[in-house]
Amino acid sequence: MSDNLTLPAQQGPTDASTETLLEVQGLTKHFPIYGGFPIKRKVGAVQAVDGVDLTVGVGESVGLVGESGCGKSTTGRLITRLLEPTAGKINYMGQDITHASRRQLAPVRSEIQMIFQDPYSSLNPRQTVGSIIKSPMEVNGIEPEGGQEKKVRELLELVGLNPEHYNRFPHEFSGGQRQRIGVARALALNPKLIVADEPVSALDVSIQAQVVNLLQKVQQELGIAFLFIAHDLAIVRHFSQRVAVMYLGKVVEVGDRDSIYNRPRHPYTHALLSAVPEVAVDDEAGDKERIRLYGDVPSPISPPSGCRFRTRCWKAQDKCASEEPPLLQLSGNRDGHLTACHFPEDPTTEARAEDVVLDPALKALEKDTADDTESKPAKD
Amino acid sequence: MTSPTKAEGSGPAVALDPELAATSEVDKPKTLEGRSPGQLMWQRFRRDRTGMICAGVVIFYFVIALCAPLMTALSGTNPYTLYGQDPTYVDTNPILDDFGLPLGYFGGVSGDHWFGVEPQYGRDLFAMLMYGMRTSLYMALGVTVLLMVTGVIIGLIGGYFGGRTDYWIGRVTDFFLAFPQQLFFIAFMPVVTAFFVDPQEETPTYFRAVAILIVLWLLGWMGMARLVRSTVLSLREREFVEAAKVSGASPWRIVRKEILPNVVSPILVQFTYQLPSTILTIAFLSFAGVGFVEPTPDWGRLFAAGARYAEQDPAFMFFPGLALVIFILCFNLLGDSVRDAFDPKSGR
Repeated sequence: MSDNLTLPAQQGPTDASTETLLEVQGLTKHFPIYGGFPIKRKVGAVQAVDGVDLTVGVGESVGLVGESGCGKSTTGRLITRLLEPTAGKINYMGQDITHASRRQLAPVRSEIQMIFQDPYSSLNPRQTVGSIIKSPMEVNGIEPEGGQEKKVRELLELVGLNPEHYNRFPHEFSGGQRQRIGVARALALNPKLIVADEPVSALDVSIQAQVVNLLQKVQQELGIAFLFIAHDLAIVRHFSQRVAVMYLGKVVEVGDRDSIYNRPRHPYTHALLSAVPEVAVDDEAGDKERIRLYGDVPSPISPPSGCRFRTRCWKAQDKCASEEPPLLQLSGNRDGHLTACHFPEDPTTEARAEDVVLDPALKALEKDTADDTESKPAKD
Repeated sequence: MTSPTKAEGSGPAVALDPELAATSEVDKPKTLEGRSPGQLMWQRFRRDRTGMICAGVVIFYFVIALCAPLMTALSGTNPYTLYGQDPTYVDTNPILDDFGLPLGYFGGVSGDHWFGVEPQYGRDLFAMLMYGMRTSLYMALGVTVLLMVTGVIIGLIGGYFGGRTDYWIGRVTDFFLAFPQQLFFIAFMPVVTAFFVDPQEETPTYFRAVAILIVLWLLGWMGMARLVRSTVLSLREREFVEAAKVSGASPWRIVRKEILPNVVSPILVQFTYQLPSTILTIAFLSFAGVGFVEPTPDWGRLFAAGARYAEQDPAFMFFPGLALVIFILCFNLLGDSVRDAFDPKSGR
């Protein structure tokens, strides 16, 4: 395997941006579990995020993908400091904000904003749209030119809502419109970084495109960096310049969009890409590799030793259990494309000689149908 | 709730809901202004006939109680004069027979004494009821407001800060809940009184009121605190609170601007249930003899007296009882209507 490795190149933003806005090193969040009677003590921890390294450049949009429960949202919440990190470092513009208090954070607060997943719970039902968008400005004491109300109207217009809806209440809007209000609120402080925590997964498909396009417009026109957390790979591909793939609290592969989608190395990335359902427009659907994993993500309370993906990996060997693979640039990868794997896959998503089907039920099912089709002509 | 006009269904579509149609027509040309959840609630409430009638009755009671002196001026009586024993009245207009029972029908109902008179003393029941209602209603209002404020503050603190704070507040709440309330009312009232007033002297009436207030307040805030705490616990996890945190809002601002407006409706609903039960509790205290005493007119004391006279003069219980039943019924129905108006899905 040594021929596969090169120097541990520093993960960095792509050529689009040179400056680093946010740098996360070894970010860890363990949620303690208490038990015992009569005195409760810590009996374990949910290792939701366990050593995540990530950088976001100025004006860059980074996608964070992975299956449910792998720690994507927790990472987002740690970066916006809604949660207190257990370990690791968060650097924003060279300033360490890992354990900054609310007062210390005040100057940075306005520059890191968040868009939430559920547009139905992220807007206070008792406030008008105007006061929802205005309140971040009030909190930070920002008085824009022409007053806060004018700014709110501009923001509403920017996100494609009627500025006259200023005095309406959230319950009078649809899900997509509510999410736009959430976007307007995030933009109210002219942030430099927006953490979007699955901003479109609660919306129906026709609205998803609108909101993603709005975010893209915002990103390009205002030069805001995005950390785009999603489980929909197609949307991340559409939106992000760089993509990080997470599995069970760790980043397993990170790289520019093209590398991740067309030249993935980590088996998990292969599996994830292969799981994207695609509508076969013509007959070219057959030339993609097919990998079906089996089972669920292991419990983050006691994650597997070594490589965390080894329990579901078809290439796992003894080494995977004993040694944790570092996040490195493999030979043949582009700059900034890092993979954490001892036995990486070929950098292609082309169909392979034999499908990887790990699910015994699916395997049996497919065997049956194959037998049926074979035996049927014989019967006739 | 279907409005009556909607239910008929024969008219043209425009006339479906005249009230709503009218308001939206007025609104349109001006500005696009949304109706707040509060305004919507008010609109739903106004369409609820039971609720409106009950609200009217309840307000009527409070006005009557507030205007007790005016009412007695109309009837020309007062609650303290012993019309059956005072020679000035006995000579001109005897109202009690030799056994001390009211003359005339139904407890001595007459032009002078609209609701009859009390046996033995001959006090005017109408005046006593008016003043008694005043004592009870405004005592209950005071107690309930105190309970609500205390409960809301404690519930907000426990619910919002959670963790250790919540644990200890919860244990204190449990501790107070563990008291057998009614026994403690009876046992504690003399203690509280003796604590502040020399047993040799007579307890002033205002102090009896204060003592009732203190005892009911100390043993009554827990329900509200628990309700608010549970509501806040669920609100705290909502994303709009996180959004406020991300924008850097202080805990005080989050509680005030984001959480409190959302607890108003359960508070209001709880208030409309709490007030009638407080009235009953105060009446119970007086009935048990630890609340107000002679000669302070009080609703509860009227029942205590009524129970004494029940065998000779059952009519004495009629008017105070009817008044209380109507009041409590209307207040509870009002509570239901308020709840339905706030949350139309939860009701029938």
